[in-house]
Amino acid sequence: MNIRKTACALAIGTLLSLGAGQSLAGDTIKVGTFLAVTGGASFLGDPELKTLQMYVDEVNAAGGVDGKMVELIHYDTGGNAKEAVNFVKRLIQKDRVDVIVGGTTSGTSIAVMPLVASSGIPFISLAGSVKIVQPVQKWTFKVPHTDAMAAAKIFGDMQRRGITRVALISGSGGFDKSGREQSIQLAPQFGITLVADESYGAQDTDMTTQLTKIRDTDAQAILNFGFGTGPAIVTKNVRQLGIDLPLYQSHGVASKKFIELAGDAAEGVRLPAAALLVTDQLPDSDPQKAVLTAYKAKYEAAHGPVSTFGGHAYDGFYIALEAIDRANSTDKAKVRDEIEKTKGFVGTGGIYNMTQSDHLGLGMDAFKMLEIRNGDWTIVQ
Amino acid sequence: MFDQILQFILTGITVGATYALVALGFAIIYNASDVVNFSQGEFVMLGAMSTIALSAGNGLPLWLAAACSVAMVICVGLMLQRFAIAPARGASVVTTIIITIGASIFLRGLALLLWGKDIFGMPHFSGEVPLRIGEATLLPQNLWVMGGASVLVLGVHYFFNHTTHGKAILACSCNRTAAHLVGINVGMMMLIAYGLSALLGSLAGILVAPITFTSYDAGVMLGLKGFSAAILGGMGNPMGAVAGGLLLGLIESLAAGLISSGYKDAIGFVILLLVLFFRPSGLFGKASAERV
Repeated sequence: MNIRKTACALAIGTLLSLGAGQSLAGDTIKVGTFLAVTGGASFLGDPELKTLQMYVDEVNAAGGVDGKMVELIHYDTGGNAKEAVNFVKRLIQKDRVDVIVGGTTSGTSIAVMPLVASSGIPFISLAGSVKIVQPVQKWTFKVPHTDAMAAAKIFGDMQRRGITRVALISGSGGFDKSGREQSIQLAPQFGITLVADESYGAQDTDMTTQLTKIRDTDAQAILNFGFGTGPAIVTKNVRQLGIDLPLYQSHGVASKKFIELAGDAAEGVRLPAAALLVTDQLPDSDPQKAVLTAYKAKYEAAHGPVSTFGGHAYDGFYIALEAIDRANSTDKAKVRDEIEKTKGFVGTGGIYNMTQSDHLGLGMDAFKMLEIRNGDWTIVQ
Repeated sequence: MFDQILQFILTGITVGATYALVALGFAIIYNASDVVNFSQGEFVMLGAMSTIALSAGNGLPLWLAAACSVAMVICVGLMLQRFAIAPARGASVVTTIIITIGASIFLRGLALLLWGKDIFGMPHFSGEVPLRIGEATLLPQNLWVMGGASVLVLGVHYFFNHTTHGKAILACSCNRTAAHLVGINVGMMMLIAYGLSALLGSLAGILVAPITFTSYDAGVMLGLKGFSAAILGGMGNPMGAVAGGLLLGLIESLAAGLISSGYKDAIGFVILLLVLFFRPSGLFGKASAERV
């Protein structure tokens, strides 16, 4: 072996050990994410990615966490569960990320949970389904409200108004169906009987038939769990038929678009929604006010109207970073334990208090009950 | 009970009138060229979307925006025939159908790029105060849809039975070569057929948009329902397509009202299958003899 060869081998060895040293010592905190930035769920995934990128830049500009820079590694799943599993495998094995914050849709989140559990990496999901945290899985957490919470909030409000008989009408989409299931399950706990259970197709253009049947029941209120054009058409049809019952919608329509589409018919409609929607109307004493105002201003300055979905990414990202900060390391087990100990974290979705048995940590106060008055949201207490 | 059924029927006729207009567009192109034009639903969507874009975005009055958008969609129909269908003249009918499916995907993508994924609404033509018939109610816009559909259907009927151009189109469908030999400009007739379908589609879109809202992908389901209606009525028969549309709307509404709203689409499709089983050429279609 001549000198040149030895030098070469030494150099390569040094480089290799340097590379290994880097990933061991962890000069950067690697946050992995997989979102549906394209495809049918892109209106969820797009603001999520924009939010993550915005706040990674902000954290790094402020000097990182414990002096370590944050690096974001992203893959676009297009909402496809199979792709999601492949990308998460890549995040864990090739990119060697420290924590995963992502999973725009419930389908992609649930699909990667077994992989996350067997690899032992903390995962904070940004999807809605209650099945992500019930039953609790050691390595999986989530930040968005669940359908069950929305249903419970609605039924709680009905109970206060003395309503006991409710007609349910829901769409045929995944969100609608899951909401319907949760509503049927939860209604008895609030002393509510469902006197009708009607449904409509995702592209249906007229629901007067279903509502005529509801009109002839003895229902005291109508609950519509739906998403897209359906709820706006239901709202218009209810008024067209002259049905004078209180109408409740789900958080699926919590956007200005719904008021715009349903027009005057939307007056008096009640729905549960995240506080982000009514940031400006919150009293200054509200603990979330400062966080919400800051997030809204920052997002809207860069990308236009804010949505609650981007807010979920904010919550997941900061819960993960604060856990790493408290753990003083990126050791996965320690970080996981710290995420589970999250207490009083004020996010855009609410105030998070996680425990061993509750990997979401939001209370009922995370949802505000809103009523549409004069074409705008009003908080009802 | 009577009031309930009256409401189901009114709802069924409104929805059915929409299906009928889409089905009519299918039937016309099929009549002229034996091709099922699967971008018919996209004509409907384009009519509604471009009207909204012109009236809300550019501030044109609704009627002017509607007129401009109908003209635009007719151009799209003509271009589809001229640049996508005509060059494949020698191709089989199946190949041509695949071309129309491709065109529908292209038009949907174009709408997505132009107007985004949002859902859009359109103001009602004459207010939203419901009209009462007993306990049943009807929106003025529903009358617009039914009235518009009737006028268009009668117009199409007149065109095919009492004008030279209409009869020439029928002649092309019977025998292309013979039509050519007696001096009919076959290419021109095909253009007219596509233009007419586009006209019907866009008007249907504009009439129903205030009730149904619209978005870039609204044409998919409308196209499918219109196609089912045309099959139900008998593909080559424009009046059969209209009857099929009304029937499908009524079946869906009555099934939802009297049986179960969860199964109404399934019931509609089961009836369609039964009809095809017992009368393969549809309810009002002439039994087809193989042309040699």
